[in-house]
Parts: sequence; structure tokens; C-alpha cells
Amino acid sequence: MRKHAIAGAGQDAQLHYSKQSKIWTKSFILAIFVVSILAVISLFTGVYDIRGQEDGWEMFFITRVPRTIALILTGAAMAMAGLVMQLITQNRFVEPTTTGTIEWAGLGLLLVYLLVPAPSLVLRMSGAILFSFIGTMIFFLFLRRVRLRSSLIVPIIGLMLGAVISSVSTFLGLFFQMSQVVENWFVGSFTSVQVGRYEYLWIIVIVTILIFIYANKLTLAGLGEDISTSLGVNYNGLILLANALIAVAVGVVAAVIGNLPFLGLIVPNIVSLFRGDDLRTNLPWVCVIGMGTIMVSDIISRTIIMPFEVPVSLILGTMGAVVFIVILLRQRKTRRVS
Amino acid sequence: MIKLTEVQKQYTEKVKIGPLNIEIPKAGFTSLIGPNGAGKSTTLMMIGRLLSIDEGQIAVAHMDIGSSKSKDLAKIITILRQENHFVTRLSVRQLVGFGRFPYSDGRLTLEDEAIISKYIDFLDLTELENRYLDELSGGQRQRAYVAMVLCQETEYVLLDEPLNNLDIARSVQMMEHLRAAAKEFGRTIVTVMHDINFAAKYSDRICAMKDGQIAAYGTVEEIMDPEILTSIFETKIEVIEGPYGPIAIY
Amino acid sequence: MSTMPYSTKQEHIAMPSEKHESNRSAKAFRTKKDARRYWIILISLIALGLTASYGLLVYNNPVPVSSPSFIPVVMRRVDALIAMLIAAVCHSLATVSFQSVTNNRIITPSLLGFEALYSVIQTGTIFFFGAGALINFVGIGSYLFQVVLMVCMSLILYGWLLSGKYGDLQLMLLVGIIIGTGLSSVSTFMRKLLAPSEFDLLQARLLGSVNNADSSYFPIVIPIILVIAILLFFFARKLNVLSLGRDVATTFGMNYQASIIYILVLVAVLMSISTSLIGPLTFYGFLVATLSYQAAPTYDHRYIFPMALALAFGILTSAYFLMYHVFDSQAVVSVIIELFGGIIFLIVVLRKRSL
Repeated sequence: MRKHAIAGAGQDAQLHYSKQSKIWTKSFILAIFVVSILAVISLFTGVYDIRGQEDGWEMFFITRVPRTIALILTGAAMAMAGLVMQLITQNRFVEPTTTGTIEWAGLGLLLVYLLVPAPSLVLRMSGAILFSFIGTMIFFLFLRRVRLRSSLIVPIIGLMLGAVISSVSTFLGLFFQMSQVVENWFVGSFTSVQVGRYEYLWIIVIVTILIFIYANKLTLAGLGEDISTSLGVNYNGLILLANALIAVAVGVVAAVIGNLPFLGLIVPNIVSLFRGDDLRTNLPWVCVIGMGTIMVSDIISRTIIMPFEVPVSLILGTMGAVVFIVILLRQRKTRRVS
Repeated sequence: MIKLTEVQKQYTEKVKIGPLNIEIPKAGFTSLIGPNGAGKSTTLMMIGRLLSIDEGQIAVAHMDIGSSKSKDLAKIITILRQENHFVTRLSVRQLVGFGRFPYSDGRLTLEDEAIISKYIDFLDLTELENRYLDELSGGQRQRAYVAMVLCQETEYVLLDEPLNNLDIARSVQMMEHLRAAAKEFGRTIVTVMHDINFAAKYSDRICAMKDGQIAAYGTVEEIMDPEILTSIFETKIEVIEGPYGPIAIY
Repeated sequence: MSTMPYSTKQEHIAMPSEKHESNRSAKAFRTKKDARRYWIILISLIALGLTASYGLLVYNNPVPVSSPSFIPVVMRRVDALIAMLIAAVCHSLATVSFQSVTNNRIITPSLLGFEALYSVIQTGTIFFFGAGALINFVGIGSYLFQVVLMVCMSLILYGWLLSGKYGDLQLMLLVGIIIGTGLSSVSTFMRKLLAPSEFDLLQARLLGSVNNADSSYFPIVIPIILVIAILLFFFARKLNVLSLGRDVATTFGMNYQASIIYILVLVAVLMSISTSLIGPLTFYGFLVATLSYQAAPTYDHRYIFPMALALAFGILTSAYFLMYHVFDSQAVVSVIIELFGGIIFLIVVLRKRSL
């Protein structure tokens, strides 16, 4: 069943190799163009009148540009993290929200706040990364040990796991009067992004490059320990690497922005709806669509109740849930009962 | 008698089973054979009402599977699937006892207990009857499941690959048991079999399936024919006469 | 576990089987020892629950027994105790039945979005109609309205995803959980826009606590719960078969789909009642169910249900007693139970070999 979920992702990897050179198709260039337009709209959306005020352009570079860059980077990061998880588990419904990774990152953040009064961003980030790593490791270990009867069980367990971790966070928050931190972390938002507060997001560029380099091997790892080892791939090393990549991406985003649910799930799934199931050659698409999705969500979050703005995570959480359900219902028709 | 009339089941545009037309007479042992994906298990599950059919009719002992009450059917036909997995921890005897549910609704009488004992003894599980299922070996567990469906005392018993997980000795034992059940208790047993020679040795009739269709149906002698087998399995198969009947060589 | 050859075994079975004939039975407990252990645990748990309840009622009563205000103080405590009993019945019965019909012992009905819907209703009331409306949004009418709304939602969910050609239990679960996540996003979204005073008012409603329970609902809630509990007990033998899974249950003549929907509707009513009366508790039911499978080594729901109930009541009352009178802290009881349930969940999941 698990193998079935992403049909032939690995077997076809070699066959589709030639396709990779054809990334720059017309439709891909069009997609980049659309995303660029979204970026421009994002730059000029906001309450502050850039052209009218004297310090307009200064503000533009202090808040608007960093925000748009942050959006682009996080969009790519979360979408790629989801894709990597789906590659190595061969399960379409796995992503940082449905494995509890995001909640682990939140717990890490909270613990840093408890241990260090007024922690620096680097400290918070390290805490989040470390705990995302531990959490994702636990989940993968669990997946390897357990024989599953249905691919749908994986996200169910993951979501339960996430609920457990967040109940731990709630407990700690209440106990040490830190509920504010928990609540703030739970709602990811780009409101506070400005020069000096987002630069760590550039780490994501490195993560992205590494994912592109290792994409082939990660696909092989998804075929399981036995097959990948016999194909000459260091399975455990790869799983560790994938974990580290996911943890860094999720941890950095968690510390700087907060919780961004379902992004890693809906983007790869939408891409494979119109591009087919070859996850690896979908990579650049996932990046671009990830950027586009989060920019649209952010623009909505900034305009829906002007002059205020709502946290983008709520827009993502609501829309993501709808898209997730649509994807689930679509695939049930093609799944064979056996 | 099990009677299938124009039975069809559509999975996707490409994968389709049927139309199937077949009559399996009362009493005796019938095996379904065929390559992987031929639709053997699906057919068995449709007869056992675990899968719905899209078109056609299935009648077991003149009762229509689709419209008869599930409770009444449970006293006439039973099916055991290949994989069984229970979340509750059950002892062998408790499991076999569930076979009485269609009659007792869960209230076991002394008579029920005697019947349960009978089938536990019949399958050599007496010593193990108070063990939990998860403490048994694969073969012992398989026997417990078979005891459960026999304990239901239905005229018709469907088994999906009952020899799964069994070594040669256990397989022979299981087949002896099943044949004895067919003979002693007059049951009609229909199994899906992987091994043609096992099917040939123990069955009264063989039904060969291929690509969702019934390719051949008849007595063991009729089906154990090199030409028929070769075309069904798309592999060169010869048949020689062995000490216990025809043997397929491939 | 060695198995003897077929032929040699045949001879020596006959004798012991004759001898043990009277002892051989497929009853709920494998051995007499198991049964004795069950009853000892059950009785101790009931004793624990009763002691803790007694303690909650009279221990540390600020007024002396002779005082005329003694009775009113006890009455107030009785209300809290009844709320605990309601929570215990709802969560224990709902979770055990839910896990049996879904054939899965690591999920809980609380994840199906009841809580999220509850908080959407509460938040929505204050969001659209203001704080005054939330304060007035009490009384039997609005309470029933909430319960009916929650039950309707779950009915739509089950009817939509469980029946028909593609009916699939796992899918229904996942969709339910995701709807829950989506709804909680919606309610957080609305909460973000509230004034601080409104937010505080809402926060008090959303945190699960037996002290939130409004005793004026008891006259309608208690009969409903009683009826459902009786229905579930009557269905216990069928639940035993349902817990063997779809295929086996169908083979034994159960109308699987109808039975599942029947149980799930009862579960939905229980969860809705509990959630709207005392607020959300996610892992309490899970904790209780998991422990009761350990304490009641049987497949039979006629024995699992009482154990789950006794455990649920014992845990809740003793936790509140300890918190009130030993640690002198009131607010965190539900959070601690949740935390404990969550940790048990982790342990159980990591020990599973197959799901």
C-alpha cells in the first residue's frame, strides 16, 4: 500500500532522467512569471503609504522587502520539507504537520525560553532545530518498526503525536506562566519580519541546494532499507541527512515565523495533480508553487481585514484543510480495495 | 450449490472481473487456481459477501447474497481471509467460540461449548486452547482460524489460501483436515490455492481463472491437462501421472 | 511451543479432553486467576473513586457540619462531582466503543473535531454577536442546540464517508481530524480579533473544567447519558464481534455498516455532551481506555465497560482531590490528565508492531 501511494516514484527515476534537462519549459517560465508578479503585489501591499510618505522608501526596504524575501524562502522551505518527507516515506500524506515535527519545534522553542531568560534568535533556532530533529527521528523510527495496514494510518498517528507534543507544550506553558509564548508560536505570522530579524532564513537556500543534489538518492531511500542498500546507497546515512534537512528547514521557520500548517502537504500534492507522480522532477515546481502559495496566503492575510492583518497560519490552516480533504477524496476513487 | 450468474466487478477502467458464470455443486472440495491478479481472491470475497458486486447475481443454497439477511447467510456460508488481524487479545478457545455467534448472539450454551471443543479437538488444538493467539506460531494460528470458521457449522466454507505461512508438513496436515471436514461433516469447501499440485491432490473440482475470467472448470483430471495449464499460467507446464494422481511439472 | 507430529498427537488428546470437559469454556476470562484479578482491581477502583468523592465532598469544608450553610457547600461540591461522573461515563464508554468499532486502539474520538466545533461555536457567538451574547448563550435551549449541531456534523461526516462504494473508516478518521484542525484555525482566527476582555471570557469557557459545568443542564444530560450507556451495554456482545473487524463481523452475520454508524452516532452524542458541558479533554479517554485493556484481560465489552468506567471515575476524582487538597492547586487538573494521557499514548505507539 505504501509503495502504491506514490506509484513508481523510484522505478521511473532513471527513465525520467532526460526530462530533468527540460525544466525550463514554457509553463514553468510562466509559473515563475506569475510568482514574480505575486512578489511585486506583496511588496506593494500594506497600510503604510510608501509613495506618499517621506520615509516611504526607507520603510519599503526595512519591512516590505524583508517580508517578501521571507515569504519566498519559507514557502520554498516548507514545501520542500514536505516533499522530502514524502519521498523517503513514500506516503503522500506526510509533512511536518502530519508527523508532529512542527509541534516538536514549538516544544524546543518553549524549552529554550524556559532555560534561558530572553534567549537570542540563534538559541531559539537551535532549540527548534534540535527538537524537530528528535521528533522526526522518533516518527521515522516508529514507521520503520511498524507494519501498516493503510497509508492513511501514518498521518493519523502523526497528528495524534503532534497533539501529544502540543499538550506537553501547553502544560509547560501553563505551569511556568509562558502561555503567551505557546500561543504566539502557534500562530505563524510574517508581521514582525523586518531587517535584522529574518536573515537566518537564508540558511534555507543551502537546504534547498542540498535537497536538489540529493533528490535522486532520497528517492531511492524511499524504496526501503533493503532495496536502497542493495543499490549501493547508505540508507541510514541518507535518512539522517533527510532528517537534518527537514529539521533545519522547519526549525528555522519555526523560530523566525512560527507554525505554518499543511504547506508541505498541499504544494507537492497539487504539483503532482497536474504534473504526475514523478516527485523528483517536480522539485523545481514544488519550490515555485510553494512560494506562490504562501505569498497568496500572506496577501490575503494582510488584506482581508484591512487595516489589521491576521496571522497567515490561520489562512493556511483553513485553506490547507480544505485542499487536504479534496486530495484525500480524489485519491480514494483510484485506490483499489485489497 | 453456489451459483454465479453474470457477475461483474469493475475496479478501474482496466481492471475488471467477470462476467462470471459458474455452478459449484454441494459437498466436496473445489479449488480456485490461477496466476496472480487473476481475480481468485476477489471472486471468493464476492461469494463470501465481503465485496459488493456491480452486476449479476450470486446465490448460495438458493439464497441471493445481495438481498438475504446477513444473519441468515451466516448460518449457511463462511469465509476466512488470508490475513487476519485482531486488536483484542484472544485465546484460541475464545476465538473459536466466536464462530458460534450466528447461533448464540454471544451467549454460549453448554451445547455451544461442546461444539467448540469438537472443532478444537478436530484441529489438534486441545493443548493450546487457552493460549493467546499471539503466543502461537503462524501454522498454529492458521489452524485456530480454520477451527473458528468450521465451528460456525455452515454448509459452505470459503478459504483464501489456507496454506499461507505453512511448511510442507503443516500444509499436508491442513489439507487432510479440510478434506476430512468435507467428508465427515459433508461441507462444501471452496479454497483459493497457490500450489497446483496440492489442489490436484485434494480437490474434487478445480476452477482455473485468468484475467478476471473463468478459464476452465472441471474435475481434477480435466483441468490437469498440459495445454490448459500452460495457457493459464503462460509457462510451459507438463503433467505426469504420479503415485497419488496427476502432477504438474514446470 | 513445539508441535508434535500429527499422528502421535492424535492418541493422547482424547484423554485429557475428556477429563477437562467440564472446565473447558470460551468465557470472557481465560483463567479463574484472570477473573479474580479483574474483580479485585474493579472493586479497588470503585473504592478509590468513592473515597475520593467522599473526600471531595466533605474534606476541608470551611463550615462545620452543624452550620446551616454546610449543606449548600456540599451541594455545590456535589455538582462538581456529578460533572466528573458525566465526564467519566462519556469519555470511557465513547473511547472504548470507538476504538472497538474502528479496530484501532491508538485513536480517540476526541480528535474527530468535536472540540474544534465547540470552540468555533463559542468563539463564533462572541465574534458575531458580542460578549453579551456569549453570557446569554446559556440555558437548556442553547445547550441542546450545541449538542445537536455537533451530532449533526458527525452524522454528515459518517454518512458521507462511511457509506457507499468507497466507504472507508481510515479515510473518515483522517478527514475528521483535518476538519478539526481546519476548524480550530477558524476559531483562532476569530479569537485574534477579539478585545482582551472578550478573550478572557472566552478562555474561561474553552478550558476544560468540571467547575464550568452548569448544573441546570443535569436534568436533561443525565437521562440521555443513562440511555446511551444502557444501549451500549446491550450492544456489548455485538461490539465483541465488531472489534474483530469488518470481514469477520460480516461473516458472522453482523450488518457491519449499520452497526458501525449506530455506535459512532452514540459516541458522537456522548462526546458532544461532555465537550459542551465541561470543555475539551483530548487524551483523557485514551488514557482510560488503554489502562482498562490492561486491567481487564478480556475481549468482552461487558467487562471492559465497567472497568473503564471505574478507572475513569477513580482517576478523575482522585486527581481533583489530590490537586485541591494536597497540592492546593485547582486549575491544572485537566492539563495534567491530558499530559499523562499523552505520555501513555507515546509509549503505546512506540511499542506497537503493527497497525
